[in-house]
Amino acid sequence: MATTQRAGKKQRQTEQDGLTAVAEALGFDEETLRGLYRKMVLIRLFEDAAQRTFRQGKIGGYLHVYSGQEAVATGFLAAFQEGDRAITAYRDHAHALLLGSDPKAVMAELFGRGTGLVKGKGGSMHLFDVANGLWGGYGIVGGHIPLGVGMAYAERYWGSDAVVQLYLGDGAIHNAAYHEAANLAGLWGRDGLNPTLFILENNQYGMGTSVERATAMTDLAAKFDSYAIEHEKVDGMDLVAVLACAQRVTERVRETGKPYAVEALTYRLVAHGAGDFFEKYRTKEEVRTWRERDPIGLFEQKLLAAGVADEQGLGAIRDEAKQIVDEAVRFADESPEPPLEELHTDVYADAE
Amino acid sequence: MPVMTYREALKSAMVAEMERDESVVMLGEDIGIYGGTHLITDGLFERFGPKRIIDTPIAEGGFTGAAIGMAMAGLRPIVEMMTWNFSFLAADQIIQNAAKLRYFSGGQVTVPLVIRGPNGGGVQLSAQHTHSLEGFYGHFPGLKVVSPVTPHDVKGMMLTAIRDPNPVIFLEAGALYGTKGEVPEGDFAVPFGEARVAREGRDISLIAYGRQVNMVLKIADKLAAEEGVEAEVIDLRSIRPFDEGTILESVRKTNRAVVVQEQWRYYSVASEVAALIQEQAFDHLDAPVERVSGEEVPAPYARNLEVAAFPSEQQILDAAHRALYRKV
Ligand SMILES: Cc1ncc(C[n+]2csc(CCOP(=O)(O)OP(=O)(O)O)c2C)c(N)n1
Ligand SMILES: [Mg+2]
Repeated sequence: MATTQRAGKKQRQTEQDGLTAVAEALGFDEETLRGLYRKMVLIRLFEDAAQRTFRQGKIGGYLHVYSGQEAVATGFLAAFQEGDRAITAYRDHAHALLLGSDPKAVMAELFGRGTGLVKGKGGSMHLFDVANGLWGGYGIVGGHIPLGVGMAYAERYWGSDAVVQLYLGDGAIHNAAYHEAANLAGLWGRDGLNPTLFILENNQYGMGTSVERATAMTDLAAKFDSYAIEHEKVDGMDLVAVLACAQRVTERVRETGKPYAVEALTYRLVAHGAGDFFEKYRTKEEVRTWRERDPIGLFEQKLLAAGVADEQGLGAIRDEAKQIVDEAVRFADESPEPPLEELHTDVYADAE
Repeated sequence: MPVMTYREALKSAMVAEMERDESVVMLGEDIGIYGGTHLITDGLFERFGPKRIIDTPIAEGGFTGAAIGMAMAGLRPIVEMMTWNFSFLAADQIIQNAAKLRYFSGGQVTVPLVIRGPNGGGVQLSAQHTHSLEGFYGHFPGLKVVSPVTPHDVKGMMLTAIRDPNPVIFLEAGALYGTKGEVPEGDFAVPFGEARVAREGRDISLIAYGRQVNMVLKIADKLAAEEGVEAEVIDLRSIRPFDEGTILESVRKTNRAVVVQEQWRYYSVASEVAALIQEQAFDHLDAPVERVSGEEVPAPYARNLEVAAFPSEQQILDAAHRALYRKV
């Protein structure tokens, strides 16, 4: 586990205060905090295993992992309530795991097995677990954004107070689907009919294109101004900051029925896709600098400093997570391919 | 003759035209600094600079439309679709503007534009990333649509595409970028509207395009070796304009035809070929024209399902046997 040993004593002190204060405000006990650590570690180890098995040829197609961005979804989904909905793009494994999908079924999906989350039909990019609130899993950049806005409208139409967590990348904010949908969200939100929480995961790059090379107006959160959607930024590497922000803004969206946007500043610590070997677009130096603020290492330091866990306790959590991942890989490996009849099912829904 | 990969051949045509003609520019996502996600444009940014190799944000509708505007104003843009699956976001620009501008401007406007990228499936990219769009784009008058499958043709047809004063939809066989073949040196433009007879034969015509051509060639060899059947293999390669002559000539000789395609059967290229044959070579037919197509489902992810979703050797062989009235 990468850590932030370099963090100075003084900084650690503030962070310790941060953790305790935030945990108290959110009503999180120590067990909950250790649980959040466990979730982030599980995601990281799951993604490591996915990349490893991809290289072994057990996973086909595209594989995009979440390593480095764990604090974002972990923080926001901690504010997720039953009945809420989450929708994201293809970098979706973490969202499924956090919402309660069985790691075995998620890994089996990546392996293209009949026991997978969507029966082996969608693969890594198309994870759905509707019962747990995950509404996909989409492969076309920006294509899911209007769907999230529409689901948010439907919630208020039926009088629910659910919130739609709509995740999008920094690369997805320059296409028409985003601009058209954000405008609708702002418009419908004026009448309290659009509880969309836009979570813009700015990991600095859309594939090999940095934010500055994609737009002349690099304050991405401010793009929501055009549609009268209020917004803020959060340090997406710092789980504590994300937790605090997520609770506050989710409540606000739930109460008002108006959209809100958070730009989480984060970083993809690995290649865009598991099959990409070239990283001509960024320097090793840059990656190393971000790695010092690895969200897991950062949270680890805070837990230790606040005395919520000791090294031994964290080690035990990591071992436990490793076992879950090993078991998921074994399960996926041993699962059968989908039966051939599945090729023709699910093309149309039957009339009720 | 030099041997090179499909990728190298394609790139060499574009480099040659960029060297020769200052009006040629390229636009697309990650084609510059990144080198292209399929490495087709690797090194071109360093060679031609950011004004001619234009990295774009993820905005297919915007940059494809802008490329049409550039073409209207004297440039010859080559747009890279990272994959053709993303062209649906640009379809409005391609269909509503590029394809028709010449016509509804009463001949005042020309749109010399190439849109290129990998097309077709076979690598488990599942539903949203797997399409064969020959029939889709082939439907629209005003577009030219080609689908080269050999390194030789990809170079020769790219030279033709860049020089053509019309919008060209250049559908590359994405799964074949690494395959090798002989490619003549220098300038040899392969004209559009001419199918290629990839193998001569007298007993049956096997008609395909894209990566299925290679599969069909293998089957033709098998038919010859095991059954003494000499199949003629036609690689359509030019979808619009469509070479009716080569197809008809072949079927008038063999009296039987199987059309193979990866795309879905309904409203497809194979439908067009079959209709052409029955309209113009009906009296020459000894059997109904067979079509072998992709299954009528969105592309699945799982390996076994994906394999089952596309034409298999066995299906093509069975279709050939039916057309030949041989026991299957
Ligand atoms: C419309 C469209 N164009 C291009 C692609 C290819 N592509 C896949 S991911 C990606 C980068 C997206 O970047 P971002 O939105 O920042 O998400 P991240 O990968 O950083 O999570 C691109 C260009 C695509 N999937 N869809
Ligand atoms: Mg990004």
